[in-house]
Amino acid sequence: MLITCPYCGPRDVIEFTYQGDGNRERPQPASQNLDAWNAYVYDRLNPAGDHNEIWQHSGGCRAHLRVVRNTLTHEVLSTAFARGGHKTESRS
Amino acid sequence: MAEYSAFSLLKNALTGNKDWKPAWRKPDPKASYDVIVIGGGGHGLSTAYYLAKEHGITNVAVLEKGWLGSGNVGRNTTAVRSNYLLPQNTRFYEHSMKLWENLSHDLNYNVMFSQRGCLNLAHTPAQLDDYARRGNAMRHLGVDADLMSVDQIKRLVPALDVSGSARFPVLGGLMQRRAGSARHDAVAWGYARGADRRGVDIVENCEVTGFLRDGGRITGVSTTRGEIRAKKVALAVAGSTGRVMQLAGISHMPIESHVLQAFVSESLKPIIDTILTFGMGHFYISQSDKGGLVYGGDLDGYNSYAQRGSLPIVDEVMSEMVALFPGLARVRMLRSWGGVCDMTMDGSPIITTGPLPGMYLNCGWCYGGFKATPASGWCFAHTIAKDEPHEFNAPFTLDRFYRGLVIDDKGQGATPRLH
Repeated sequence: MLITCPYCGPRDVIEFTYQGDGNRERPQPASQNLDAWNAYVYDRLNPAGDHNEIWQHSGGCRAHLRVVRNTLTHEVLSTAFARGGHKTESRS
Repeated sequence: MAEYSAFSLLKNALTGNKDWKPAWRKPDPKASYDVIVIGGGGHGLSTAYYLAKEHGITNVAVLEKGWLGSGNVGRNTTAVRSNYLLPQNTRFYEHSMKLWENLSHDLNYNVMFSQRGCLNLAHTPAQLDDYARRGNAMRHLGVDADLMSVDQIKRLVPALDVSGSARFPVLGGLMQRRAGSARHDAVAWGYARGADRRGVDIVENCEVTGFLRDGGRITGVSTTRGEIRAKKVALAVAGSTGRVMQLAGISHMPIESHVLQAFVSESLKPIIDTILTFGMGHFYISQSDKGGLVYGGDLDGYNSYAQRGSLPIVDEVMSEMVALFPGLARVRMLRSWGGVCDMTMDGSPIITTGPLPGMYLNCGWCYGGFKATPASGWCFAHTIAKDEPHEFNAPFTLDRFYRGLVIDDKGQGATPRLH
């Protein structure tokens, strides 16, 4: 599996660290909304098909990337910098 | 259906083996059942078997998308053990171990359960202390566990590199002698035959495409072979849990599906008479009765439904094998494959009523579902029949994640690829 890093170009998957589901919404740090925190920590979309996920090019430029990848074929459909990280709006 | 026995073997041998009957029927699905079990793998079939045997509920259908046993029950590396740290896991898996010990007699089907032991190797003093702690926790709950010295390990597994010059020297290990392996296909076929002869309909090539509802209640399923109604609908679909729950309108679960690879070498003379796990990486190996080495390692590490893995893990697994057994460096790999594992956020399973009225859920087996097959079905059947969990599966709820009651044997936190 090759992932195209926007800085470094196409690189082997072993250079990257998987950081999981990129659809999750992280509550504001001061949020006391337990349902939102529970959803952020434990709930996953887990689709069979296109999956929006976060990877880090830990063996390269160390940039965090937002990758759309198909979980049935392992085809990488798009990569971009994950600037902004996880979405920061609270769910409620 | 005939009993399998030495007498029936002899009789059929003398008559040219022409009179064997199929081990289970191929019925068309009826319009309705008391219970539908979705998933004809080990857990679904054992659930149907124990529903019929322990609870007298025989108007049951098992719906399987492909052919029987085509999923993880035929893809695992067949290890059976109950060497857990936390009491919730230990009690459940020890119940499973006790069912395994009588399974061939119970099913009248030889599942070739072989209690050859499972040895976890330790490579640092701290790891050996940790194993002593886990062994004590196991013995406290009546499960067998022994710490082994390097000399004892050397006698048990002569091919293992226990020299001080190994990359990760072996300092000892934790042995569960009652652990072992079984023939996984026979487990699926034995449970299928046992359920079928008690009246359960096993319907293959029948994919669930949606759920029937009456208000908020699940009242059946639509399938590629028509609509089927049932008072109770039970899910035992392992790696496909996310997909099937999405059909029921539940988009998020505390589960990620990951691919785990497994490997078999060419056949060798007997060389490894136990199940061995490496302590400095993720690697386990045993030898099948045919002589092939059966081994595997870590998950590929990213969400996947592909049932095939990628080469970096192949490379890692082979290097771990050669680190332990330098003498196996020239053994050829015969085949490899992947299975889709339903990894939960704490590494422990889910066997529960709900989450929708009329629905029952069995999932989250991570990559340890095979050893759980008997107890999983036994507890799930109890939960379906009584509408409440047995004490063995009461801790394995779906809402434990949101109530601070996680059962995280490895203490890894909510990162499923690390469990």
